[in-house]
Amino acid sequence: MKKVIVLGATSAIAQATVRLLAARGAALYLVGRNAANLEAVARDASTRGAPKVEFRALDLNDCEAHASLVERAWQALGGLDGAVLAHGVLGDQAESQRSWAATELVLRTNFLSAASLLTELANRFEAQKAGTLVVISSVAGDRGRQSNYVYGASKGALTVFLQGLRNRLAKSGVAVVTVKPGFVDTPMTAHVPKNKLFASPEQVARGLLKAADGRKNEVYVPGFWALIMLIIRSIPEPVFKRLKL
Amino acid sequence: MSTSDSWGRFPRVEQQTRALVWRSDALPRVDGPVLPHGLGRSYGDSCLNDGGTVLLTAGLDRLIDFDPTTGVVRCEAGVSLDTLLRLAVPRGWFLPVTPGTKFVTVGGAIANDVHGKNHHRAGTFGRHVRRFELVRSDGSRRMCSPVENADWFGATIGGLGLTGLVTWAEVQLTPIRNPFVVQETVPFDNLDGFMRVSAESEADHDFTMSWVDCLARGRKLGRGLFYRGNFAPTQFDRLPLAKSHLSHGSGLAVPMDLPGFCLNRLSVSAFNFLYYHRERTRPSPRLVHYDPFFYPLDSVYGWNRIYGRKGFLQFQCVVPHATARDALKELLERSARGGLPSFLSVLKTFGDLPSPGWMSFPRPGYTLALDFANRGEKTWRLVEELDRVTREAGGAVYPAKDARMSPESFAAYFPQRERFAAYIDPAFSSSFWRRVNPVPLPLPSLEGRQVSIP
Repeated sequence: MKKVIVLGATSAIAQATVRLLAARGAALYLVGRNAANLEAVARDASTRGAPKVEFRALDLNDCEAHASLVERAWQALGGLDGAVLAHGVLGDQAESQRSWAATELVLRTNFLSAASLLTELANRFEAQKAGTLVVISSVAGDRGRQSNYVYGASKGALTVFLQGLRNRLAKSGVAVVTVKPGFVDTPMTAHVPKNKLFASPEQVARGLLKAADGRKNEVYVPGFWALIMLIIRSIPEPVFKRLKL
Repeated sequence: MSTSDSWGRFPRVEQQTRALVWRSDALPRVDGPVLPHGLGRSYGDSCLNDGGTVLLTAGLDRLIDFDPTTGVVRCEAGVSLDTLLRLAVPRGWFLPVTPGTKFVTVGGAIANDVHGKNHHRAGTFGRHVRRFELVRSDGSRRMCSPVENADWFGATIGGLGLTGLVTWAEVQLTPIRNPFVVQETVPFDNLDGFMRVSAESEADHDFTMSWVDCLARGRKLGRGLFYRGNFAPTQFDRLPLAKSHLSHGSGLAVPMDLPGFCLNRLSVSAFNFLYYHRERTRPSPRLVHYDPFFYPLDSVYGWNRIYGRKGFLQFQCVVPHATARDALKELLERSARGGLPSFLSVLKTFGDLPSPGWMSFPRPGYTLALDFANRGEKTWRLVEELDRVTREAGGAVYPAKDARMSPESFAAYFPQRERFAAYIDPAFSSSFWRRVNPVPLPLPSLEGRQVSIP
């Protein structure tokens, strides 16, 4: 990935990824909501060696703007060969249960906006028969649990969408990489007490880029989540529904 | 509230933490006083805030700008010196001043106005800070430099993080042509020997410091090894500069707290004896990579754990030239007699370049750093004695390495403290500040909250 658009560039995982990409000399187009924060990330990236860094402040929930956003990024970097989708919200399960508006916001941010962006990007990458789409999903999408099934559903839908997209783009040589982090120590989880399962954003970023370089399909980062989720997925539903997970 | 300690692992305090993420954000509103906290390498309680909140600056770790032609770097305050070295060394620049660990933040280096092996040439870190932004709890943001808001600049450098939050800073780096240092080791037999070697080395060497065998007594009192060095010129280049930031650390880590009996008079004397005689016989001059030269202890991750759970007390003082000979003699004699040997004892000459910081610790004279395993009452009495000797000699003790100096000592060491106190942010305080100002200057409501002596 030499010309990369990063969506949700001010998220902790995206920032760590941007640093690694910058150190490798990738040109970057950064998108996020807050212009001042985005500029801070952009300056950091260019000081760390990115030859070109452009940024644009935008609320990615505005799907109408996606086509022109991708076009602008394409023009700015003279084409794209990589995309990292890192935007997302954790939401509040209790709030979502009370309010459709809260549920819809989670689904819109984590799934609908991603699907819209991926539609734009996939068509361009398919046409040029090259490129890598790296998308941050979550272990939470592997099985619905009472404690966060709205977030889980948004990520589960994203994971399935990516499976289909990967299937479609395989013949064009476009890689679709699904990254499933477990718990990550970021501002998104600032309110959660930390334990040994938590990974740092840097750890996740390294795993993400390794998966992208290896054109992997689905990866868990850190890898031990593959085992944990295998167990969680294997619990029979009659048992699972009685568990407090 | 959670329990935290500092690098010396003493004291332990109960405090809240809040992580800072963006430099343009307002300061978080919390009950009680706040204190910025970088990588926590201060030894005592100047980086702690018992009963209050520390604002973790680790998230403010973005670079803003680096000009490889002028060597001016601008970065957020939570950027570590290690990060700056990785950025600068491959491009032919080095930190103008560096303490003995690279795991400190730029904000911490400003707040403690740190010094290095080149104090006689370069002064303190604060001399090389071109400007910074200071955010106060009233929401104001000030650009501070030697000409703009110069009073805030002077109060904040060496201001122990009490004047507000430094969000970013601009530092002038210094050019190098090589990541290697030509190092010479000169043994000296006693204090007079140290002073002689020091005086003759300062003219030709950018970096000087000495390790002292603090168990040697009598005629050998103050014997040790003088290290002096300069960055190697281009022709000594063994590695391309671009590869030079590779870590030369040994990768050793102290996996757990060592039990107290590992450190006793015998083991420390054996270490001191072996160290002295091994180093004497190593070739000199020799080429040493900057990493082990400047940061020998960083290669043993978590070295503070060798002192076990009770931690240790650092003591670093400076004594003026006029009284230095007698004072150093007494300090070394007392610490050798104390029966609680110091593992690493370091002597260095401070030059007379003034810092812009009002509360800066370095001043002309000799500085001696000692560390003592915390063995309770006995250790405290010894260090209090060393403090008294320093005070009588007209010297000063370094707040960044202190967990115990008295309010009277603090007042004697920092005559500018009242002028400084007017610049303290009313929402900011630290365990150190409350301890050395028992009649609280900025926060009357916190009266009585002091760290108790074990």
